[in-house]
Amino acid sequence: MKRIKTLETRDLKNSLISGGCGECQTSCQSACKTSCGVANQKCESNNKK
Amino acid sequence: MVHQYKLNGYNIVLDVFSGSVHVVDDLAYDVIELYESLPAEEITARLLEKYRDRPDVSEAEIKECLADVEELKRQGRLFSENSFKDEVIDYKSRRTEIKALCLHVAHTCNLNCEYCFASQGRYKGDRALMSFEVGKRALDFLIENSGGRVNLEVDFFGGEPLMNWDVVKKLVAYARSREKECRKNFRFTLTTNGVLLDDEVIDFANREMHNVVLSLDGRREVHDHFRKNFAGEGSYDLIVPKFQRFVEKRGDREYYIRGTFTRRNLDFMNDILHMLDLGFTQLSMEPVVCAPSDPYALRKEDLPGLFEQYELLAKEMIRRRREGRGFNFYHYMIDLTHGPCVYKRVAGCGSGTEYLAVTPWGELYPCHQFVGDANYSMGNVFKGVTNPELRDRFKACNVYARPECRRCWAQLYCSGGCAANSYHATGDIRGIYELGCELFKKRMECAIMIKAAEAEME
Repeated sequence: MKRIKTLETRDLKNSLISGGCGECQTSCQSACKTSCGVANQKCESNNKK
Repeated sequence: MVHQYKLNGYNIVLDVFSGSVHVVDDLAYDVIELYESLPAEEITARLLEKYRDRPDVSEAEIKECLADVEELKRQGRLFSENSFKDEVIDYKSRRTEIKALCLHVAHTCNLNCEYCFASQGRYKGDRALMSFEVGKRALDFLIENSGGRVNLEVDFFGGEPLMNWDVVKKLVAYARSREKECRKNFRFTLTTNGVLLDDEVIDFANREMHNVVLSLDGRREVHDHFRKNFAGEGSYDLIVPKFQRFVEKRGDREYYIRGTFTRRNLDFMNDILHMLDLGFTQLSMEPVVCAPSDPYALRKEDLPGLFEQYELLAKEMIRRRREGRGFNFYHYMIDLTHGPCVYKRVAGCGSGTEYLAVTPWGELYPCHQFVGDANYSMGNVFKGVTNPELRDRFKACNVYARPECRRCWAQLYCSGGCAANSYHATGDIRGIYELGCELFKKRMECAIMIKAAEAEME
């Protein structure tokens, strides 16, 4: 598309099927301890889609 | 739901429920903005008028752009519906396993920082050190309650955990001794103010700690204003060389230099630049958590200036990355392709369910920020969680527990935010800490803008 560049992203709807294993880091267990979010967490599933 | 914004020369369009990120030109930005509210003919007429001085924008161009938007909508990458909230994820009945503990090995500290949410490490209670027996029981409790989860996280926290270092080392050894038989993988984090750091601690931590969090607020005068010892002396000169040695010896392993900013350093970008000047590249800078009445508390009127700081930070990250000397900022680390699944994005931070704090006496709390609040006592490591109603309240405290979150474009980046911040701001873990929300949204806009810039660099 000439005027729209779409960045590669994980399809969240597909992640409904492959996700939920719970092996990822707990949100607050890293650097913040006071203002967590989930965006900067990594998926640790071997079955990620 | 779509969120559009312009930042640092980039026009960015986020499709919230698919997670898609589009970087678009001015015409496409306007087309998307009008797409759901006006018929195609009217959009075309309006944009022909708006762009009448632009020879590259013809009726045919607008139609082509409309067709592209329609195609993205068909693919589910624009204007996608929320298919998560009701049908698929039944949060209340989901089974949760405990996979992370914040071990308060020391409710005492060798610094006396006025802004400390933990009241100088005592959490408004008595000074205490965790015994090996209590810590060992906490690790057993974690193993017993972690079900099939392999990766278990344990944060040695305080107060100042190095004031109970021998116990920390023994607990690491004990956990390692049980990993194989239990099929678990322990990941340890050490959070320290640095005062007691020496080579022995550094070498042990670099061998055993998955992550280390080193508290430094930035410039000497900023750091020393709050981070003083009990004699009133600043700790900057003592800890900075130790942190530099620590990081130098740490190689590629994970660490964060973690600062707190307050109303006293609303220009916190200068503190980040100072951290970089000291040679640190893995950085975190957090808004202070305190009572709104505290003189250093952040206020609503500070937001425009803070937004500017976050933008400056994002631009500096892009600049340095282009020059081959990039650095990381914790809140701008966003992994668009391998980030969390939708379960994680909706379920919240895990406090009170997957993540618990353990006091030196073995009491359980939903997280470190609730420790010492009798209303939030959950049980102890000997008897387990004896307050399941409280656990269920936290289990239900997800992004869809709040109407404001349901309407917010950042819901799947934030997951409803910090329950403790909500509680302290509103008296309810399901409340909205508005100032925190505004800062979070700004950080996400910046983080995604950086991704757009990086895509250009590739």
